[in-house]
Amino acid sequence: MTFPTEKIRSDFPILKRKIGSKALVYLDNAASSQKPKQVIEAMDAFYQSSYANIHRGIYTIAEEATELYENARKSVARFLNAASESEIVFTRGTTEGINLVRFAWGRKNIEEGDEILLTEMEHHSNLVPWQLLAQEKGATLKFIPFDAQGRLQLDRLDSLLTPKTKLAACAFASNTFGTINPVEKIIAAAHAKGIPVLLDAAQAVPHFKIDLQKLDCDFLAFSSHKMLGPTGIGVLYGKKRHLEKMDPFLGGGEMIKKVEWDHATWNDIPWKFEAGTQSIAEAVGLHAAIQYLNHVELDKIFEHDQSLVRYCMERLPEIDGLTMYGPPAHERTGLIAFSIRDIHPHDIAAVLDRNGICVRAGHHCTQPLHRKLGLEATVRASFYLYNTKEEVDLLVDGLKDTVKLFRK
Amino acid sequence: MDALYREEILEHYKFPRNRGALQHPDITYKDTNPLCGDEVQIDLSIKENRVTDVKFQAKGCAISQAATSMLTDMIEGKTLDEIKQLGKKEILEALGIELGPVRLKCALLCLKVLKSGVYGIKEWPT
Repeated sequence: MTFPTEKIRSDFPILKRKIGSKALVYLDNAASSQKPKQVIEAMDAFYQSSYANIHRGIYTIAEEATELYENARKSVARFLNAASESEIVFTRGTTEGINLVRFAWGRKNIEEGDEILLTEMEHHSNLVPWQLLAQEKGATLKFIPFDAQGRLQLDRLDSLLTPKTKLAACAFASNTFGTINPVEKIIAAAHAKGIPVLLDAAQAVPHFKIDLQKLDCDFLAFSSHKMLGPTGIGVLYGKKRHLEKMDPFLGGGEMIKKVEWDHATWNDIPWKFEAGTQSIAEAVGLHAAIQYLNHVELDKIFEHDQSLVRYCMERLPEIDGLTMYGPPAHERTGLIAFSIRDIHPHDIAAVLDRNGICVRAGHHCTQPLHRKLGLEATVRASFYLYNTKEEVDLLVDGLKDTVKLFRK
Repeated sequence: MDALYREEILEHYKFPRNRGALQHPDITYKDTNPLCGDEVQIDLSIKENRVTDVKFQAKGCAISQAATSMLTDMIEGKTLDEIKQLGKKEILEALGIELGPVRLKCALLCLKVLKSGVYGIKEWPT
């Protein structure tokens, strides 16, 4: 089975860009993905022909806009096999989705002395909101540790889920190790004790198939911009029975049913959580992105990403003093973090940039994880459907140049 | 080979001047750049308001290390008042490169540390 990389690459206008005289090699997909012309054109067409505010306009283009926005919601529900589109709440992104749960669910359900179970490999977006809630409520955070291969140590899971645990929140896939976590086991163990589970799926939804009804998590958050869609929109999935019992998140227009001078009643889910004018064109763009991913097929994209990371992990040891972090290729998404002895990640990224190669250098919003590894920062290369083996070769060449330049 | 990492910058990075610590510094100051974890400490010996010895310790990228090395070269024998006059311009001239906003912080950390020490600031105001 051949993966249609050339055809795919021709759909992404930015890949024609040059950095100086070098072709753009974009290997920072875990931070954000590039956009195919199908997404750009869908948003453009919407602005040019159907744009209006949604839900209450009694005129043709307002009705068209509303239908396009709600169709986007349906497409997300189908994409993830949610039981109902009413469980799909549009947010600004993963961070807002997690914070929505913090405010609308957490404030109601977490009390003093309660525990929230996280893992040691959470992105700051699935750590800091819970720190804030814990500080507010006098609750405690606990952590599932990771081992030397960047795998969660689940042997202690049962003892970490105590009678005080009110929520388990976990990255589906790590943005630093790439590890695809055994979330099914965590969900099963937590549910056995009646504890709901939230998944940060920012690094998962873009890369492999998720069946929400089979997975049975209680909440799941992700962003559009990492999956070929626009910035400014994301999704929070929540089980109906949770969403219905939750307080609103932001107060304002559209999230209400009836407003009196001193109180109001709330709209049905999901609109209860969508106050104010939403990112309408972005929803149209996200819908187009999902169509694009469906067309290429996520299973094939996953295989493609994994073949690139496998090849990359075969070649990286050629570089003097390089250390890779995380599990073997077959246990991860298409990303690899590494460091090179005595060369600062910023210097590595700066030299690669001179070769047109975009990688991330820093703590990738996982400072405690880096500290546990005794590192300030790493370099991360992350692949997606438009990347090629030749680009991995260019990365390796660039790293060899870097070492030559800086070796003392 | 590379416009950013000019020969002189790599020279200072690989063979830093004044690296180390002073036994009994008159002024010592240390600060970090939380964005990338760069860390710079500068120790000064002062006699009659003039820098008689300087040592630095730095952890971080080549730009920040080279800039610190160059800065310590620059200030030997200077008076504290002369040091107070030093600015971004002098550091960038010494480096001889243009920097974007992120790397600029790497280059200027040493200046922040030096001036904080010279002005006798106990802690950088947040």
